[in-house]
Amino acid sequence: MLRLEKRPNPSRFWLWFTPVLAVLLTMTAAGLLFAALGSNPFTVIRTIFWEPLAGSNASYFRAQLFIKAAPLILIAVGLAMGFRAGIWNIGAEGQYIMGAVIGASVGLAFYPTENRLIFPLMVAAGAFGGWAWAMIPAILRTRFNTNEILVSLMLVYVAQAILAKASFSFLRNPEGMGFPGSRNFSTYPAARNFDLIERSGLHWGAFTALAVAVAAYVLLTRHGIGFQIRLAGQAPRAARFHGVSPTRLIIFCLGTAGILAGMAGIFEVSGPAGQLTENFATGYGFTAIIVAFLGRLNPLGIVLAGLLMALTYVGGSLAESRLNLPAASIQVFQGMLLFFLLGVDVLTNYRIRLSRSQSKGAGA
Amino acid sequence: MIIGGIDIAVLMASLMVGSVPILLAALGETVVERSGVLNLGVEGMMIIGAVSGFIAAVTFQSPILGFLAGAACGAAFSLIFAFLVLVLQANQVATGLALTLVGIGISSLAGQGFNGIKPPVTGAVPMGPLRDIPFLGPMLFRHDWVVWFGLAMVAVTWWLLNRSRAGLIIRAVGENHEAAHALGYKVNRIRLLCILFGGAMAGIGGAYISLVRVPQWTDNITNGIGWIALAIVVFASWRPGRVLFGAWLFGGLLVLGPNLQAAEYRIPVEYLSMAPYLITIVVLVVMSARKGARMGAPASLGQNFHASR
Repeated sequence: MLRLEKRPNPSRFWLWFTPVLAVLLTMTAAGLLFAALGSNPFTVIRTIFWEPLAGSNASYFRAQLFIKAAPLILIAVGLAMGFRAGIWNIGAEGQYIMGAVIGASVGLAFYPTENRLIFPLMVAAGAFGGWAWAMIPAILRTRFNTNEILVSLMLVYVAQAILAKASFSFLRNPEGMGFPGSRNFSTYPAARNFDLIERSGLHWGAFTALAVAVAAYVLLTRHGIGFQIRLAGQAPRAARFHGVSPTRLIIFCLGTAGILAGMAGIFEVSGPAGQLTENFATGYGFTAIIVAFLGRLNPLGIVLAGLLMALTYVGGSLAESRLNLPAASIQVFQGMLLFFLLGVDVLTNYRIRLSRSQSKGAGA
Repeated sequence: MIIGGIDIAVLMASLMVGSVPILLAALGETVVERSGVLNLGVEGMMIIGAVSGFIAAVTFQSPILGFLAGAACGAAFSLIFAFLVLVLQANQVATGLALTLVGIGISSLAGQGFNGIKPPVTGAVPMGPLRDIPFLGPMLFRHDWVVWFGLAMVAVTWWLLNRSRAGLIIRAVGENHEAAHALGYKVNRIRLLCILFGGAMAGIGGAYISLVRVPQWTDNITNGIGWIALAIVVFASWRPGRVLFGAWLFGGLLVLGPNLQAAEYRIPVEYLSMAPYLITIVVLVVMSARKGARMGAPASLGQNFHASR
């Protein structure tokens, strides 16, 4: 019989090796899935994980990689801080949408004025939109002790309705011949989120994401509030005795996550997406949850995790077009990755032992 | 009886029908949470039930087999959650979320090729002359058997939790798993059974959406109903009777929109579609503000149990 024995301390080795193991296990399981769907698993895995990096058109795909990774990293860094403290904001998708809607509204309000300050103002407005949306669950939690998981998630559906409203009525392009969707930001240079290095995919969002990840790492490891976050998550009772204010922590964690998700939203709408449409939100807010766990809730780990997850998006759509792989299979792949991550995490905190009574028989 | 252009009997009837998925899923989750497990994967289990029920019903041209398949697949899917949480000691919140994300993905993968098909009709239970009673007939006696099944399950779960020995054990495990373990109960085995029950109930609820409520298969068909069911469990303070009340309240809200539009009230679609979620939030706030901290939540809710000895 196998038996779990709690480790006195989490294993350092497994802490960093479990994500790798989870990725390998997911590749195996997904290979079986692809085989069941009638594709050659090796071709599919190669197409997803290798072709975008080294195949033909690699420079295009690399740009796509950064475009997809930037919002994931931005959102996941914010979420990870909350998750560490045991604050479960799972409505990042809503905060992302609201950032895009508010930011785009501010930008389009100035159309067609050309001024250098418009883009920074839009980013600030986007950050504000995400922050305000995250403050709803935060304040309800701190004032009324309402469950932040359910509230933040419910607000995703509300945000989606607002997004639909925006693209059909108040932000609809007046010159769009009646089609839904806002003006396209690519025709409005002052509000455009440019690639800082041409055709690299490295727009403002990508650099912001990197800077934010480093700042969050410093905050978590070197700063008082980072200590409080870790303490509140690992030992809530000790945190209370230490004088950590749960209210402050909730406001800080949800607020930061909201700001970052909102910024991701405005960077996306003014750059890669170009315009606000009903289908603007594609689930980055949810995938970022997987990214946060894949990166072990560590900001630097999240950068790597975000790139890997972006690779599954880029490679997935490549496999979709080249190998006719159903689009949903990439979603399944990403979800499975989270399952395996959570599953193999047992190795970090537990040792697997053979029970004494049967170990002789099982040893053979 | 018609008030404000809305036929009340029809509204009440569609309320009873509209509340079935929420009711079933919330009843299942009530039992799960009373055993101390927080399964946030209700949405995922529901959509798995919806797609498997739809496929089975269309393939065999039998709604009954559809619902059975929904229950079986919902339970099988919840087994993944049970394994991760009970055996591998994974975080319940994160695992539940993963269940939802994977469920939505798998369902749209499995549902390919089933778009635009009409499922076999789940017929009304023959009630003889009762159907023709004015007002009460259309309101109460023209429902399919799943509506009655849902109401019966309210009574069953109430009896199970409050009057049976099994319920006493479930509650003991949910309130204090260490003590229950010391008394010799197999904490994780009991929780496994509860999780499977929750999965089956969510599966039937999901199948009801794709087979009766909509009725056809589209991606992301559950559209947050599983999350509303989770909110209703909190709203109901983990009590089956109040779950029924909550499900009717939200079922009513979900069907009120189409009814208002049919009666030619000019309310923008966007506001109607966000109303149930906003009202859920308001209700959650009122509940949590009134009753203070835990409002009757099982004391071990969300905590994993690992028997060190």
